Amino acid sequence: MFIGATAALLVAMALVLYRAFAGPTLFDRVLSANSFGTKIVLLIGLLGFLTDRPEFLDIALLYALVNFIGTIAILKFFRYRNMGLSSEEIASREDEG
Amino acid sequence: MTTSIDMVLIVDLVLLTLLCLTALAIMLVRHLFAVVALTGAFSLLSAGLLVTLDAVDVAFTEAAVGAGISTVLMLGTLALTRRREARSPKLSPIGLIIIFFTGATLIYATPDMPKFGAADSPGLVHIVPSYIEGSENDIAVPNIVTAILASYRGYDTLGEVAVIFTAGMGVIILLGRRREDEYGYSEESAAFPLRSLASDDETGKDKS
Repeated sequence: MFIGATAALLVAMALVLYRAFAGPTLFDRVLSANSFGTKIVLLIGLLGFLTDRPEFLDIALLYALVNFIGTIAILKFFRYRNMGLSSEEIASREDEG
Repeated sequence: MTTSIDMVLIVDLVLLTLLCLTALAIMLVRHLFAVVALTGAFSLLSAGLLVTLDAVDVAFTEAAVGAGISTVLMLGTLALTRRREARSPKLSPIGLIIIFFTGATLIYATPDMPKFGAADSPGLVHIVPSYIEGSENDIAVPNIVTAILASYRGYDTLGEVAVIFTAGMGVIILLGRRREDEYGYSEESAAFPLRSLASDDETGKDKS
């Protein structure tokens, strides 16, 4: 069962990578970057079960947290076109928009 | 058990193939945001490979730095530049030759390396046995890794901590300026030339 799941996951990773490469719009690429991170997290969990070491699940959880930060940064970049805004500047831009 | 080992091998092969394809895609794509997304995928793939090599801590550093912090820094750079890569004039044959020569040399050197996890590899027979046998009497710490890091290699660890502390101080001095302005002691900026340089840069950016 784990072998089948791993094979399916590898195929899905290839498809997601193709979307990041070819994706016509920016949002295809944002989504593919995010879901590629999720697939790596799943792969690490599955590798733990494949090699009879299910404690890899904890490490997979840590990866999920890092992936989340990356996605937040990408979304902030699209919203404000700038990474170094203070909270006041963000508030003023929200008012303009 | 053999099937699971085979499966790990297949995972390794597929991950390496995807890694090569991602590297090619990074070279070919002109849209810079796609390049940032692909470099994130690249470092996540290499993190997956490191996990299959049982180097989970290295893999986590790779994922945190490569996919996390680098993505943020690259996007911050992208906010200041154009979105598309300029076309480079042409491929330089000298660079291609140097790259292929380096790759061939590395591949030529690989078979001489000890097998993965071999007990008689040079790194493990030199001083490690004395660490393993002596750490309980020498240091009286039950965890051998802790004993090596904190005592056998204590000065090394001290140096590493000093380097990380210096890097953190540098980042705080460069990036922490805005936060200090909010608290209202920016009058001190005359005493810190670096900081006034940074604020000149800031005004120049606002004008443009």
